[in-house]
Amino acid sequence: MMHSRTVQIWVGLFVVAGMAALLMLSMKVSNISAFTESEGFKVTGYFENIGGLKVRSPVTMAGVVVGRVASIGFDRESYEAVVTLNIQSEYDNIPEDSSASIFTAGLLGEQYIALEAGGAEDALKEGSELQLTQSAIVLEQIIGQFLVSQADKE
Amino acid sequence: MLNQLQKLGATTLGIAERLGRGHLFLWHVLSGFPALLPRFGLVISQLYSVGVLSLLIIAVAGLFVGMVLALQGYYTLVDFGATESLGVLVALSLVRELGPVVGGLLFAGRAGSALTAEIGLMKATEQLSAMEMMAVDPLHRVVAPRFMAGILAMPLLAAIFSALGVIGGYFVAVGLLGVDEGAFWSQMQAKVDLYEDILNGVIKSIVFGFVVTWIAVFEGYDAVPTSEGVSRATTNTVVHGSLAVLGLDFILTALMFD
Repeated sequence: MMHSRTVQIWVGLFVVAGMAALLMLSMKVSNISAFTESEGFKVTGYFENIGGLKVRSPVTMAGVVVGRVASIGFDRESYEAVVTLNIQSEYDNIPEDSSASIFTAGLLGEQYIALEAGGAEDALKEGSELQLTQSAIVLEQIIGQFLVSQADKE
Repeated sequence: MLNQLQKLGATTLGIAERLGRGHLFLWHVLSGFPALLPRFGLVISQLYSVGVLSLLIIAVAGLFVGMVLALQGYYTLVDFGATESLGVLVALSLVRELGPVVGGLLFAGRAGSALTAEIGLMKATEQLSAMEMMAVDPLHRVVAPRFMAGILAMPLLAAIFSALGVIGGYFVAVGLLGVDEGAFWSQMQAKVDLYEDILNGVIKSIVFGFVVTWIAVFEGYDAVPTSEGVSRATTNTVVHGSLAVLGLDFILTALMFD
């Protein structure tokens, strides 16, 4: 039957087009690549103030994304934020005494953690703790300090 | 006074009765699904009329919605110097909302109305009764394949809508407005989540496909078997189907993206 054959071909095309669209959405549009790179090691750091940092925010080194924020917690003893970073396993030579700072991409952009290499021999590994941390810059605080310093001058 | 009260009661009872019939009907049709699998050819020919024939309007609508989103978003974002986020704006609006919702509305208008009219006319010309006379269950033979085809077609149509919308947005943003191509895609990939956004969009479209097809085949099956009755049933399908899509979309969005 010719008719049913063309119908079947069209339906096949339709299904292929639908699947291709789904595939394009998941591969090209979404962050599927971020899931495949989830293997890595976890490092913690204590911050006085994390500002607007969120889970899955990027962790960068020299501007290159080397990992993501895995979880954010609160330490009841020190009243500080505990941030767990998931760093990709290929970056296993980051010095142990590297410092972590929370920066903002652009003036109003999202916040991320920037690692700066230290000089230690040992590298960061699973369970390491970052000793040198710098909190997020809260814009309101800076404006407040600026106003106070202006008032002092007069 | 008493007459008004009686009218109100009659209307309420009528609605409840119809809802009950609709659910019994759904149960009966769903029970015909297992028997459908060995005779999948029935579903394929329905996929043709429900899916393939809706493809053109879905594709054109998706492309243009994406293009317009990019144009309009650009005028807002350019004030903040954030035109690189145009990709995020287009992709998120399409994948989360517009793909399933506008796709569902078009699906109700294009495929749902055709289903209702077809089944309604089958009833009006007593083809369904003739089947029953031959001991063929019309719910299993006529309605179930159409229902399954609707549920299968809708997520594919919504995905095609969203994907073409993103492509349309890309053409306008990069080709026409001069947004940086790399930033357009990379920002989009950084912000759109596979599970949170895309999978939830697919779930939405499956739900919409289920509800719209259910309304369509039930309206057809329950239609008053006259030409006027069929025309009213067709109108009902489009109106109720669209309202159901919009209402459910609000509920699903509230549940999914908190």
